[in-house]
Amino acid sequence: RAHSSTEQDCCTTLVAASGSSTILPPFSVHRPAGTLRQLFRVSSSTFISTQLATFPTYPAFCAGASMDSRLANTWRLTVNEKKFIETALASDLRIDGRKPLEYRKLTINFGREDGSADVQLGHTHVMGFVSSQLVQPYRERPNEGTMSIFTEFSPMADPSFELGRPGESAIELGRIIDRGLRESRAVDMESLCVLAGKLVWAIRIDLHILDNGGNLVDAANVAALAALLTFRRPECSLGGENGQEVVVHPPEAKDPLPLIVHHLPIAVTFGFFSTEYTMVVDPTHSEEAVMGGRMTVTVNASGDICAIQKAGGVGVPQSEIMRCLRLASDKAESITKNIKDAVEAFNTERMLRKIKRHSTAVAANVSIENDVKGQKDKLAGQRVNESSMSQMERLKLKPDESSISQNDGLGSETRSSDQISSQRAEGNAPLFLGGPSSWDPHTHGVDPDFLKASLAAQGKSNPKAEQSSEDSDDDVAMQEKDASEDVKPPSLATDSSETVEEQKTSIVKKTLKDAVKPKNRRRKKTRS
Amino acid sequence: MEFVNPEGLRLDGRRPMEMRQLRAEIGAVARADGSAVFEMGNTKVIAAVYGPREVQNKSQQSNDQALVRCEYTMANFSTGDRKRKPKGDRRSTEISLVIRQTMEACILTHLMPRSQIDIYVQVLQADGGTRSACINAATLALADAGIPMRDLVTSCSSGYLNSTPLLDLNYLEDSAGGPDVTVGFLPKLDRVTLLQMDAKLPVDIVENVMQLAIEGCKAIATYIREVLLENTKQLEYRRGL
Repeated sequence: RAHSSTEQDCCTTLVAASGSSTILPPFSVHRPAGTLRQLFRVSSSTFISTQLATFPTYPAFCAGASMDSRLANTWRLTVNEKKFIETALASDLRIDGRKPLEYRKLTINFGREDGSADVQLGHTHVMGFVSSQLVQPYRERPNEGTMSIFTEFSPMADPSFELGRPGESAIELGRIIDRGLRESRAVDMESLCVLAGKLVWAIRIDLHILDNGGNLVDAANVAALAALLTFRRPECSLGGENGQEVVVHPPEAKDPLPLIVHHLPIAVTFGFFSTEYTMVVDPTHSEEAVMGGRMTVTVNASGDICAIQKAGGVGVPQSEIMRCLRLASDKAESITKNIKDAVEAFNTERMLRKIKRHSTAVAANVSIENDVKGQKDKLAGQRVNESSMSQMERLKLKPDESSISQNDGLGSETRSSDQISSQRAEGNAPLFLGGPSSWDPHTHGVDPDFLKASLAAQGKSNPKAEQSSEDSDDDVAMQEKDASEDVKPPSLATDSSETVEEQKTSIVKKTLKDAVKPKNRRRKKTRS
Repeated sequence: MEFVNPEGLRLDGRRPMEMRQLRAEIGAVARADGSAVFEMGNTKVIAAVYGPREVQNKSQQSNDQALVRCEYTMANFSTGDRKRKPKGDRRSTEISLVIRQTMEACILTHLMPRSQIDIYVQVLQADGGTRSACINAATLALADAGIPMRDLVTSCSSGYLNSTPLLDLNYLEDSAGGPDVTVGFLPKLDRVTLLQMDAKLPVDIVENVMQLAIEGCKAIATYIREVLLENTKQLEYRRGL
């Protein structure tokens, strides 16, 4: 009875909880810090410290278990923790402060390469990679590409994961995601055919679990989808006699192509508990240890159910299942939007990076003694690229005077590049080519009056003596640029528009210092 | 390809809501504590249960409940082409996991702590619906072994082809690329334990197809009860009661 009365206290204190900034779990000082953090995340909490008369000590189950390394690493919840989680759920409270039907925060990041995604769902961290290879197709499907999913449950994610062969849960996760993508025909397989019956593209999705905070299926599914959406496969064409030879073009020659993805199947996992009709969405690691059964519903934004996996576990009435299906459709919409926004942002950044890459190639040449011809070619290439890029950007921007200055900018940069080559021939330090351009949507350019004032304030400094220091300055600036990616496009962009402004204000004599100094000043501005 | 012809008959002459012929036999493996053979049309499955017995791997022993293990294999000769690896491939591992968790939910494991129950299921003939047949066979074998359970677990599959919900798909209908729903049901408690679905379907149609599969499960449950009753009568007769 004493125990039940303390339980009662526990319940009432939970229900009557008011906000407090610290969480004191009802048990355990002896618990190691890692699991403590896992169990009770400090959030805008609704729990206050409860006063339970008896605190169970940390169960020394390790002593009881045998020498098997597997079991010694298994983390088991104590009975008290289980009861706490279940009792809290009875009052619709979860231990991390969420409501039962609330999803955790989903963050999607991308790597530098195409086809790599990094997803964080609360504490769960999963990375997805997509790669492709030309292989022979299956005999039964001669004109379809293949797709395979490999999962790696890294031992750093959870002490119970082992190296080597994937365990049961790893295989189950792989098959759930595979079913969601393959059977629902999310990725178009027929477009991956190169030579029917001989060569097709095989897409390989690798999922690495880096941190197990619960609900690996959902996070891994999002990682796979994000990676598939940003993946680009090399373009290939048929050549040779009778068109039987396949030539794979490298990415520098021809732009790689994205995969055709018809729809996005999103996995939503539910956890069922042994107490009647208790259901949570997106269970955390400790909830997974307590729950009696789970169900993963893979649904796309149009409301089609792509896959359901409820592999045993506690029995659930049919009405509950239908309720879960409808809930899943709602969740899927918001998650799809999340993924699409992230992919959109990545694609924009990718395009900007392509532009920036060519500009820096030219700028780097500025401070290094190089072959004139090589530089001319690069400049020509840059000119072409910039014109094409600027055309693309022009479509995005509102038509205003920026487009006019853009034209001027192109023309002036052509002029300045000619100047560079001529100067290079003379052996002088060439003009720095780069600066804010009005085609970059993220910068506002430099105020021309301010620029005039700064240039006038410089006065006539000794060009020769300063050019050497400028060169090093430029180098440093270049390195700084390489280091900070975000600042790069705006700074470069601002640089080029600055040279544009300079040209417009028709300052004849330009030294390297003129080009460099405003850039540094601007960097300070952006930094502050 | 037409899976339901205009008269409403399927490829093997059944009606859309008609199940294949069921046949069950208890006690096929004499050495095991409980065993059963279950046939659904051309799909034939044999299950053997050993337990409760001492835990072989002491490290996995649980102090408060029995350990349930399950192994699903397909015989080399079970399908049309000879299979290369009968067990250890991903599909078999997943189905073993699914069957184990389904049976674990309904076995009263807390009555048999520190012990182990092994369920071995082997597919002798595969013609669609092997998962369901395995679960039904496992239920019979567990009942034959006298292991206490909450309820019988019955399982049936259903699909949706040519805009008609179909009950109990065979291999041709299964490999047609349409949706395939497998349901594991507890008839007395009216609960769904196992639910697996693949391919795309709108939510309302999922409800219909799932309802059809549940009806199929209830029908199988009545059949299994009859078989068990018959078996008990036979045992009584042999005992001379």
